[in-house]
Amino acid sequence: MCSTCGCGTDGARITVAGHEHTHDHISGRTDDHSLDRAHEHAHEHPHEHPVDRTHTLELEVAVLARNDHLAEQNRAWLTERGIRALNLMSSPGAGKTTLLERTIAESGTGVSVIEGDQETVFDAERIRAAGARAVQVNTGAGCHLDADMVRRALEELRPDPAETLFIENVGNLVCPALFDLGEARKVVVISVTEGDDKPLKYPHMFAAADLVLVNKIDLLPYVDFDVHRVERDARELNPGLDLLPVSARTGENLTDWYDWISQI
Amino acid sequence: MHELSIAESIVDSVVQRTGGRRVHVVRVRVGRLTAVVPDALRFCFELATAGTPLEGARLEVDQTDARVHCRACEKDVAVTDLLLLCDCGSADVDVVSGRELQVSSVEVV
Repeated sequence: MCSTCGCGTDGARITVAGHEHTHDHISGRTDDHSLDRAHEHAHEHPHEHPVDRTHTLELEVAVLARNDHLAEQNRAWLTERGIRALNLMSSPGAGKTTLLERTIAESGTGVSVIEGDQETVFDAERIRAAGARAVQVNTGAGCHLDADMVRRALEELRPDPAETLFIENVGNLVCPALFDLGEARKVVVISVTEGDDKPLKYPHMFAAADLVLVNKIDLLPYVDFDVHRVERDARELNPGLDLLPVSARTGENLTDWYDWISQI
Repeated sequence: MHELSIAESIVDSVVQRTGGRRVHVVRVRVGRLTAVVPDALRFCFELATAGTPLEGARLEVDQTDARVHCRACEKDVAVTDLLLLCDCGSADVDVVSGRELQVSSVEVV
């Protein structure tokens, strides 16, 4: 993204944890315009009256068609290999990476991870230290992963057949809800320290979820958080979703989470 | 700010179909159940079109209302938010409209 006005698509950076080099796959347009250039442009097109000469082209094209098409390709690639892919979404600090560290430690082999963050490879390194293969996608100014980033991450990661693939989205309860990545299931992690009003405040995210994990339940004695309220509100938005209260720190109820994954 | 990605997708899908032709108006249909805010989309559209054949084009946003079909009472009803409930109280509904996110047409030279 262009640092002048925030426009454009910069290529997300993909880094394999444990490798020093970064793969820059810059795609799309370049960020060669600025506010100044926009001003120059105003003089390149003289004061014509184009409205008289225009005509209408009916397009009827889905705006996210390209993303959805790539997501379907990812889904087909993963399904062919028997790989279960889960898209983990939450606000920053809800405990996604801690949950994955524990999940990797307790489920042994057969797990690989795509980590999404705006910057740093901290999370991919944590995952690698926990014993799984990981690639980091740095989105720069981007606030969510998209299907193209996941496709490129899969090319680097090359998960083995029959593995479980976790895609840890950028911490954000808004934007990731809209972008299909090709996952089999969408999982929203909400921690008890965030407040129990989140489903109604961020309805799109909960409407898209297959599973809500209520994390950090070891802290329930210290906060005003009503798990039943979250469950009721989330089900009003999305009657079909599952909900599991867990603690990634103490391990409480995590067997329910592992069972849920095994049933995908 | 996912509206920037949406705006870029709009530009890409229009350019793909109009080539290098200059585009003056872009009409999009945005359902009220999508997480897309029209004002934010307009702001991002200006940024995303700069330096493209869509630069300076006007974005017209047609916000479509949300309707659901209730399986319990077999009626179609309008809903005003993401709590998809029929007037009869049932949540057993199918979305009929409100999730559209489409470029409907463009004005080209």
